Amino acid sequence: MSDAPALLRVEGLTKHFPVHGGPLNRRVATVRAVDDVSLAVAAGETLGIVGESGCGKSTTARLLMRLIEPDRGRLLFDGREVGAAGGIDVTTLRRQMQMVFQDSYASLNPRMTILGSIAYAPRMHGLAARAADARAEALLDRVGLEPRQFARRYPHELSGGQRQRVNIARALALQPRLVILDEAVSALDKSVAAQVLNLLADLKQQFNLTYLFISHDLNVVEYISDRVLVMYLGQVVETGPVAAIYGRPRHPYTRALLASKPTLDPDRRTISLPLTGDPPNPIDPPSGCRFRTRCGFADAVCAARTPPLAAPLGHPPDAHLVACHVPAAQQQAIHGH
Amino acid sequence: MDTSPPALEVDELSVVFRGREGDMAAVTAASFAVARGEVLTLLGESGSGKSVTLKAMMGLLPGHACITGAVRVAGRDILTLPAAALAKARGGELSMIFQEPMAALDPVYTIGEQIAETIIQHEGVTWREAARRALDLLERVAIPSAARRLRNYPHELSGGMRQRAMIALALACQPTVLLADEPTTALDVTVQMQILLLLRELQRELGMSVVFVTHDVGVAAEISDRIAVMYAGRLVETGTVREVMRQPRHPYTAGLLASIVHGGLRGRRLETIPGSPPSLAALPPGCAFQPRCARADARCGTAQPPSVALAPGTMARCFHPG
Repeated sequence: MSDAPALLRVEGLTKHFPVHGGPLNRRVATVRAVDDVSLAVAAGETLGIVGESGCGKSTTARLLMRLIEPDRGRLLFDGREVGAAGGIDVTTLRRQMQMVFQDSYASLNPRMTILGSIAYAPRMHGLAARAADARAEALLDRVGLEPRQFARRYPHELSGGQRQRVNIARALALQPRLVILDEAVSALDKSVAAQVLNLLADLKQQFNLTYLFISHDLNVVEYISDRVLVMYLGQVVETGPVAAIYGRPRHPYTRALLASKPTLDPDRRTISLPLTGDPPNPIDPPSGCRFRTRCGFADAVCAARTPPLAAPLGHPPDAHLVACHVPAAQQQAIHGH
Repeated sequence: MDTSPPALEVDELSVVFRGREGDMAAVTAASFAVARGEVLTLLGESGSGKSVTLKAMMGLLPGHACITGAVRVAGRDILTLPAAALAKARGGELSMIFQEPMAALDPVYTIGEQIAETIIQHEGVTWREAARRALDLLERVAIPSAARRLRNYPHELSGGMRQRAMIALALACQPTVLLADEPTTALDVTVQMQILLLLRELQRELGMSVVFVTHDVGVAAEISDRIAVMYAGRLVETGTVREVMRQPRHPYTAGLLASIVHGGLRGRRLETIPGSPPSLAALPPGCAFQPRCARADARCGTAQPPSVALAPGTMARCFHPG
């Protein structure tokens, strides 16, 4: 990880959930949802986190917002550690870091008007009611919803795309510096998703925002991200600039993931299976490299030791890191697209 | 020239949901045909009527749905069949797979029991014969250690395996037409590709006709022979997968394809279709796409555009096809 000042830096973030069962309801297993994840987001950039269900990308987002308490891990915002002496507390963190969720309906209070929802947080943080309402109206206008038409409406009266615009406006109401977008356009129809992505680009520029963009959609992540982090079963398997990840992926999982992307050319359909089997259960995942059970290159060392996230052996250090023991696995050309 | 009827013929199918707050025209006068061994994809966004079309064909809509038109499987209209004959056709020559296999499979019976029961119901074979065919089917959909999996309950399988088990169940009586309602939408991308390849292989081997419903243009490009695009309950464009993807004629199709996000567009603004689809309870008098359409003129706002045949099997419902 570079030493450039990062707006958000996370070191060794870990969260295990106990699974209880049996007649005495004892702890019978552990879900290793997020295991030793480190990342940094520089001010003004968009970091994409991509991976399949169960890879821990949404849990990571919730841990960063402290919606869940991590078991381990240091979180630094603008160089100051969250929850440490001389650092910042969670309330201050949340004023600077806000989140937009996938389910636009579940994330709004159904009994509150649109204006009320957006103005709520500024009021809770001490802004006068009239000033909070004025800010909410300005934000509604900014996200493309005419305040006179929408301010007094309730969430159920809006379409999914309109509700997600409201959620974005609400996330911006505290004038945060970083916004976590957790599958924020995944539930929207494609033509509506494109509108919201354009809006996100405009807002980023206007308010100097930094984005952490979490999605399973490989195309959207490639479009929006400056750097990308690929997760598999609770761990980071590869990270680097977007062009490097998509153009010269080093981890066999990243390559398989990219090769599974449906083509848009009916004459170049996918012919061979890039990857067999489902992702294993994050309850008691495989030892060592967690991808080894689906990997064609796996050998004894992969079962024995967890590969570190590093530049490949003998490779000059750069920002493109991969967690893989087997040099041959990292060099194969990407097939398919 | 082959004079036998197409495997599936849908003729002026309309579905209206009657409600207290007025009627919702979910599907309006949809007509299409699927040849033997052909995959037709109904492509559209939510509320376009693609899933309702499938459910109407399968007789799965609730009582307040008013269905008109005809759905002919091998020449026989199944909408007018008496209940017993419909039950025989469903799961027989006409079968369906769903987005959510947990809702389609019965949680209290094993996979093997469910497949065998379907075969016995339709063909009256012995339990032993049905169990043997169930094993064949699980092997056919590439479920590893099939004999053991026969004795599993649905919740004991992973998402991808459950999807395969549901496909095996749908294929139990060698349907001539398979209806597939977004069967890969809930799956991870690596598993989605496995299921698409499996469906393609089975469809070719068994010579099945498939109506595949999806909102994902990439999935449509992977699976279809022909594509029918739906908007606000109507078919607005049909053509071969190459024609529709490369030279879309209807402005909605063109807009949909142009708004696809991919890495090559980095740093550029995405093309979008302004506005959002109309409410099905209050469709505009003319073309439903007219309020969002750059090509629209006065006529589009007042008259319903006819379906213009541009070539055999190619149609666009537009006054100004591109």
